[in-house]
Amino acid sequence: MPCPLNGLRNISEFVCGGEVTEMPSAVTSSDVAWADYVFMENNAADVIREWWLHVTSGYWFIAERHTATDEIIRTYPASELFNVRVEFEPLPDESTSQGSAK
Amino acid sequence: MRLAAPFGSLIDRNAPVSFTFEGRSYAGFVGDTVASALAANNTWLISRSFKYHRPRGILTMSGDDGNTMVQVGQEPNVLADTLPIREGLTVMGQHYTGSLAADRDRWVEMFSKFLPVGFYYRAFFKPKGVWNLWEKFVRSKAGLGRVDISTHHGYYDKAYAFADVAVIGGGVAGMAAALEAAKADVEVVLVERQPILGGSLNYTRIDVAGTKGMALVQDLTDQLRAAKNITIMTDATCTGWFADNFLPIITGNRMVKLRAAEVIVATGVIEQPAVFRNNDLPGIMLGSAAQRLIKLYGVRPGQRAVVACYGGTGYGVALDLLDAGVNVAAVVDFSKAPTDNPRRHAVKDAGIEILQGYGLREAIARKGGGHIASVIAAPITGDGNLADTPRTIECDLLCMSTGWMPAASLVAHAAGEVSYSERSSTFVVRSVADNMQVAGAVNGEWVVDSAIKEGHQAGAAASGQTANRVASPRLPDDRPAQPWTIFPHEKGKDFVDFDEDLTVADLRNAVAEGFDDIELVKRFSTVVMGPSQGRVSALNALRLVQSHAGKALEGARGSTNRPPVTPEKFGHLSGRGFEPLRLTAMHDRHVEAGAEMMLAGAWLRPAYYGTDSESVIHNEVMNVRENVGLIDVSTLGGLDIRGPDAAEFLDRVYTFSYARQKVGRARYVLMCDQSGAITDDGVACRFSDENFYVTATTGGSDAVYRTMLFWNAQWRLNVDITNMTGGLAAMNIAGPRSRDVLEKLCTDVSLSAAEFPYMGVRIARVANIPARLLRVGFVGELGYEIHAPSSMSEALWDALMAAGAEFGIKPFGVEAQRILRLEKGHIIISQDTDGLTHPHEAGMAWAISRRKPFFFGRRAIEAQMKRGLTRKLVGFTLPESSGLLPEESHLVIRNGEITGRITSIVHSPTLNKPIGLAFVAPDQAEPENIFSIKGHDGRMIEARVVPTPFYDPENKRQEL
Repeated sequence: MPCPLNGLRNISEFVCGGEVTEMPSAVTSSDVAWADYVFMENNAADVIREWWLHVTSGYWFIAERHTATDEIIRTYPASELFNVRVEFEPLPDESTSQGSAK
Repeated sequence: MRLAAPFGSLIDRNAPVSFTFEGRSYAGFVGDTVASALAANNTWLISRSFKYHRPRGILTMSGDDGNTMVQVGQEPNVLADTLPIREGLTVMGQHYTGSLAADRDRWVEMFSKFLPVGFYYRAFFKPKGVWNLWEKFVRSKAGLGRVDISTHHGYYDKAYAFADVAVIGGGVAGMAAALEAAKADVEVVLVERQPILGGSLNYTRIDVAGTKGMALVQDLTDQLRAAKNITIMTDATCTGWFADNFLPIITGNRMVKLRAAEVIVATGVIEQPAVFRNNDLPGIMLGSAAQRLIKLYGVRPGQRAVVACYGGTGYGVALDLLDAGVNVAAVVDFSKAPTDNPRRHAVKDAGIEILQGYGLREAIARKGGGHIASVIAAPITGDGNLADTPRTIECDLLCMSTGWMPAASLVAHAAGEVSYSERSSTFVVRSVADNMQVAGAVNGEWVVDSAIKEGHQAGAAASGQTANRVASPRLPDDRPAQPWTIFPHEKGKDFVDFDEDLTVADLRNAVAEGFDDIELVKRFSTVVMGPSQGRVSALNALRLVQSHAGKALEGARGSTNRPPVTPEKFGHLSGRGFEPLRLTAMHDRHVEAGAEMMLAGAWLRPAYYGTDSESVIHNEVMNVRENVGLIDVSTLGGLDIRGPDAAEFLDRVYTFSYARQKVGRARYVLMCDQSGAITDDGVACRFSDENFYVTATTGGSDAVYRTMLFWNAQWRLNVDITNMTGGLAAMNIAGPRSRDVLEKLCTDVSLSAAEFPYMGVRIARVANIPARLLRVGFVGELGYEIHAPSSMSEALWDALMAAGAEFGIKPFGVEAQRILRLEKGHIIISQDTDGLTHPHEAGMAWAISRRKPFFFGRRAIEAQMKRGLTRKLVGFTLPESSGLLPEESHLVIRNGEITGRITSIVHSPTLNKPIGLAFVAPDQAEPENIFSIKGHDGRMIEARVVPTPFYDPENKRQEL
């Protein structure tokens, strides 16, 4: 697999982190939508975008791969897709009561 | 009988070898296989068939059939036609009762009419339980060989190799491909399963004189040996193709895992038997098998032979037999009309009768023995039909040169298409995977000179010298369709699959039952599922299935071809069984102190120090409670989180809140996954506003590190994450005298309770070694974790042990620590939790911040809590009189229903009573509740819920 950081490396040095998916809002999404995000895979027989980790260098990147032919179309740094700082929307007021600490 | 040189190119007549077969001593030569040496001694019966115990002998002489499987010492199912003999080898036949020659289980065949395909499925299915009655008998009669469970694991290993071009098959096409590829400056590996290069040219006859083949092989071999960038592997079998040209190659006791940029498959063809009654008798073999016996092993394969063929190659076999002094009684040529072939003319000139347009009706066995005595031929009147004018020809050898199949398994593994072609009368390779080419006979290129040319083309393209890759399919335009080679007999015994004793009728019946596809017939009848995996049966089986199902043969595929191509031993797969093992910096000190080491993840850790585990662990616990102990905790993960967003990052990753954590303080960390299940815990130490040092569990640290990197690749927070595990060693000095010990070694930081309180963290020098001090209390006593560079930690350990001597310091192991932590009620992630446990179930709600919009699992935990708890982790005690303690995973039962299980249990040395943690139903979780545990032998034991910690509930001792 061509690693964007390390060049062409043996496939045994990588692990797949699953398809690139968007996390629904952790505040406003329904329980069903959240369960769908956590447990369901699209599992399409097509070219999909996946997370891959080069284990020995701890480098996560994106690969476009055809799931039926196992052909790797393209790999590139995650920053191509993720280039702005992610912020989470704040909780609505009623749920911000003080948590007990030990 | 042995033939004189030059016959026998593989054997060394100056090196005799003796071995035994069936208890009798035999003589052979170095280079012989068991089968060739037996044949040289005129012994042709080698084994018995799987179902009917029919006598079997040499069929292919190349390891492509299952007829020669023998027991060699403890090893069953060894192929006698490929196993080299060595001095003292002990070989036995297989699958008989009594003796190989007089098998008492021959009666089974008499009942063959009552043992149709699918017999077992139906006969033992109903009534319920009938199988239990039959099983013992069937098991004793079925199966092959004898498994000896006392067999030791032999020495096997693995090697890794890389090549620009891998050529599989060392016949002329493969040799030419390797030579051509090597002209570019690339690394080439050439893999050949036989001991010598040259493939079929070592034994077939391509010209009348019979000299052209060997000269060609010699020339190519010399060129290959001279090339510097070609690695030649002989006696090496490529058993499969895996993604990106990853090729397992078995050679001796080694599996070489070869990764190649380009692979050229030049594996040639496998000759196929004809189907007629009694076509499995010893003495009936492929033409190529007879040629191998003559040319490679110098063995005369019979006295009086009949050759069955269509056209060309069979006449070469006849000429070779004549050269070897065999009397050739006749050539039975299935082709309607004679071809203008020089080898045919030579046979005719030698005065040998040619029965043109004849087929085979049946073979007749000798009286009292299994060997062939004569063969009955008759004129062909149509596909599989013979005229009623039979000719009986006496013979002790029948050679079948009646068809070929490409050895295209590797092509099929790589999702290339291999299917039947009417024009070729066999399977053809119609497409291949990227970075793969086929060359030579496997690609339908039969003419030697053209095969060499094709090898050159493949080699040049694979090494990047041209872009002109070998095209597939290659279909002959001038070859007439070959005649049908299956002659069903009304009395059966016309075998299609020798491995499983399957006849024409068996396949016909399978189709009649409705299994009208080769994949279905395969599963119902077990055709092509035996040891030879269809190498000498798939072609005929497909022809029959398509014909009986009324389906076209053109384009039909055989059943799916999967690795391995030929059998692999478990030894090859397991290799030497390396276990990765990590040792801490203080490992030698533990061993010197007499520690019993145990595995914790990939680490070796001291379980306890000494031999009598029970008293030793008890003493270690008590010494921590009363004096001071030292434990190596280097296996904990350590991660440095640095940057302006460090606190924000931890807030997202862990359940607690870190934004307002004070510098110089530690705080518990608890990690969940997105489904809300607990995955890890530890402490976060804030050494400055922008620098946290976070610990992780021994087994979880790699996953925690990976998870952190993964999420920050998306969040793009301004933090740097460094895995310090392994770089930093760690030890925990714990017990009421721990401060006294540390004060002797640590002068730059005050250790007083006021200035360095519980949950404080400091950067300090201990014994002049730079260290991170963490005042945390897993074991519930005054104590300090000291994290220091691994390179200096052995010295640090020594300094602490020396300084602590006057206070009674002793090292303690993992077993004592497990007891100490349980007395404090601390959970161990993945022992007291499982893959579904969320924090509320584990009594960890206190570790969840409710002000944060996000942390892993927050949303899922919220959803789960809406549905209420289904179980809860509680502390419990048992009465003193409980007897044998129940164990971890013993069940909590209420009214016959499982409500939970024990996760931890020990007899507490400090409290002198049994204590533990268990999951129970939420309504059983209140203190003083009684619940029942099903212990050893089903005994029910009453347990009482108690609050935790069991020991020092007010936490006074750790805050001293």
